[in-house]
Amino acid sequence: MNIKDNLTVSAAPHVHDKSTVKNVMWNVVLALVPALIFATYYWGIRALLLSLTGAVTAVVCEALIQKMRKVPITVHDGSAFLTGLLLAFNIHAGAPFWLPIVGAAFAITIGKQVFGGLGNNPVNPAIVGRVFLMASWPTHMTGGWIAAKNSALSGLNDLTRIATDLQTLSPKAYELVTSATPLKVAQTLRDSSFVADINAQAGGLNLSGRIFSSLTEMETLKSLFWGNIGGCIGEVSAFALLLGAAYLLYRNIIEWRIPLFFIGTVFVLSFIFGGIPGSEISIMLPFFHIFSGGLMLGAFFMATDYTTTPLTKNGRIIFGIGCGLLTIIIRLVGGYPEGVSYSILFMNVMTPLIDMLTRPKAFGKVKK
Amino acid sequence: MRLKSFPGGIHPHDEKHYSASAPISALPTPQRVIIHLSQHIGAVSSPTVKVGDTVLRGQVVAVPAGFVSLTQHASISGTVTKIGKFLHPTGIMSMGIEITSDGQNQSVDMPDNPDYMSLEISALKERVSAAGVCGMGGAGFPTHVKLSPPADKPIDTIVLNGVECEPFLTSDYRLLLERAEDILHGLRLLMKIVGAKKGVIGIEANKPDAIELLQKLVANQKDLEVVPLKMQYPQGAEKQLIYAATGRKVPAGGLPMAVGVVVQNVATAVAIYEAVRYQKPLIERVISVTGSIVNKPMNLLAPIGTLYSDLLEHCGGVSAPIGKAISGGPMMGFALPALDAAITKGSSGLVLFDEKAAKSMQEHTCLRCARCVDICPMNLMPSMIATAVKYNDLDMAVKAGLNDCIKCGSCAYVCPAQIRLVQWIDTGKIRYAEAQRKK
Repeated sequence: MNIKDNLTVSAAPHVHDKSTVKNVMWNVVLALVPALIFATYYWGIRALLLSLTGAVTAVVCEALIQKMRKVPITVHDGSAFLTGLLLAFNIHAGAPFWLPIVGAAFAITIGKQVFGGLGNNPVNPAIVGRVFLMASWPTHMTGGWIAAKNSALSGLNDLTRIATDLQTLSPKAYELVTSATPLKVAQTLRDSSFVADINAQAGGLNLSGRIFSSLTEMETLKSLFWGNIGGCIGEVSAFALLLGAAYLLYRNIIEWRIPLFFIGTVFVLSFIFGGIPGSEISIMLPFFHIFSGGLMLGAFFMATDYTTTPLTKNGRIIFGIGCGLLTIIIRLVGGYPEGVSYSILFMNVMTPLIDMLTRPKAFGKVKK
Repeated sequence: MRLKSFPGGIHPHDEKHYSASAPISALPTPQRVIIHLSQHIGAVSSPTVKVGDTVLRGQVVAVPAGFVSLTQHASISGTVTKIGKFLHPTGIMSMGIEITSDGQNQSVDMPDNPDYMSLEISALKERVSAAGVCGMGGAGFPTHVKLSPPADKPIDTIVLNGVECEPFLTSDYRLLLERAEDILHGLRLLMKIVGAKKGVIGIEANKPDAIELLQKLVANQKDLEVVPLKMQYPQGAEKQLIYAATGRKVPAGGLPMAVGVVVQNVATAVAIYEAVRYQKPLIERVISVTGSIVNKPMNLLAPIGTLYSDLLEHCGGVSAPIGKAISGGPMMGFALPALDAAITKGSSGLVLFDEKAAKSMQEHTCLRCARCVDICPMNLMPSMIATAVKYNDLDMAVKAGLNDCIKCGSCAYVCPAQIRLVQWIDTGKIRYAEAQRKK
């Protein structure tokens, strides 16, 4: 008989579902491809090149540092590529090329490798990179946008059609709707002195209300959903991101709790608190908020990062609600028009505490 | 109809097709057997024979050393040739009695008693105990102990485990198909012994023919019920099965009797029936010999103590070099260092892997992906237990669930970082037991 003496002896279980770290990471990268295609379509090859620059920089940095640390080089696992790509997705298509390079290098070195690499970083490295860039080069991060194909900068096509009108009515209002992202428009309209200004310029018309309601018009929401707007590379299209997210949910790579509670909280709170004085709240306002800015990217691809989010199911619900709450606070009354990355960063730091407080009860354990 | 199940769990490929269609066939009497003195949970049995003694099939060769212990019998007739350490199916060396066959296969008297149901309960228990019956699903808990619950813990339900959730194994499935009536006789006996009013048989949906057959047989018996269960590992684990089949939750750290339930494997039910009706000791069992490289995968009725190598030889050997030989199923079974281990009363299968399937994977750093937490059927935090054990923080390990772990292996099965979670947790359990002893 064909029996050899050196049988493998190891602990049970002897079978495995064949999932690997590599498989997980490259699948997430794959799920980001639709967004990358949309970005390239709207902003040209520059968006693609900026993204790849970020990803390649991250891979090179990780390899170099692992060589310095004399640990096995694991860049083939895709985690560095993913971090670099996500970092670049947080930069707009008009940014200079050194921006994703510096950002990705910082994300990998300070955000990840300093703590010991994959699995040990306390906060999402891509967000570390983005926040570093925001703090260091705010003008590059927020200025110099390029418009998407066939679109005004803000994506408020409906308004720009009457832009000439607006220009004569109120130069200040005109400047706002043609130079900022929709979220910035929404936030600025909450400033009562600004509102008073533009309404006065327009000779007492409710111009602020007119602009505000245009945010929630079908035309605008469509632009937001398909991505025909200004924004960061990865924020381009809610549709493309949802496509990737659906794939990850289907493959069981991300779990539904964080995204659902994150987006759900933003949805509910924006409806309750998102209005401006002197204007009615549209039933469509929550849709404006969930399709705007970095929410889809953040909720499905950054707030679901394994290492920096809670282990427990209830913890993930708290994490999602916390992210949504902070996002809305920042969007409505904060110093930045968008709060997704800061809220995730903050909740990342809370993760160990959340895990400790939500430790599950063993099957059959009675509550004391 | 919505199939019942339990929270958590995984869905490994069932791989039962290799041996599922092979009817139970008897193994010709092997040349020698080794009756292990530790086939069960509890004290090691004390041998009553010495080297040179001749024994009959069914003759007592070892007696229990305490209440939680077991009687052992010769499974073939012949001569005791050695009492010493032999390879145990759990992979360790353990005391056993070697019997070399005389080729006669002469049995002790096993008289048929068709009116067995009218025996006194004490007599029934006595016969089960004398037959050396223990749980045949793997753990090997002495059955007579399970059937003697304290008076303040009334049992109202017997749950028979026909789940066989381990991939590859088909011995219980064949029993369900071929010995269904005997299983029901065993169930009736169990109900009588503990005074249970209800008998439930849990069977997973991947055995539709067995479910149909059993349902037909219990159709006119209102106190018996066949519960089809959704395929999910580890449904055969006691607490999970009780929840799936009856909706009752056994308290953490508690026994099934706390919720009025006793669980027995279907193979054990047959053993109990034979022990009571024929006074036949537990000296043989059905075992699956299976895997992609086994030439003729089979379900063999083999004497307890048969060497795995003899079983495999009867199945025509293997078609490719063996990489791993697993005693039991691939989720909780033991990888054997050699094939000359002898089967015990709890041995349900021999699963053979080729060299490729045996390759062990490289352990990576934990990603904190929480898959293990999401699927843990005991609702624990396996990755956290493992990390705590790694850093020798037993307090943290206990808080994360060290003592509630049933070692089903679901966590290690889904871990993308291939962390050997069960091994870490087991290490923690051993360290914890040591620490408790020192106190």
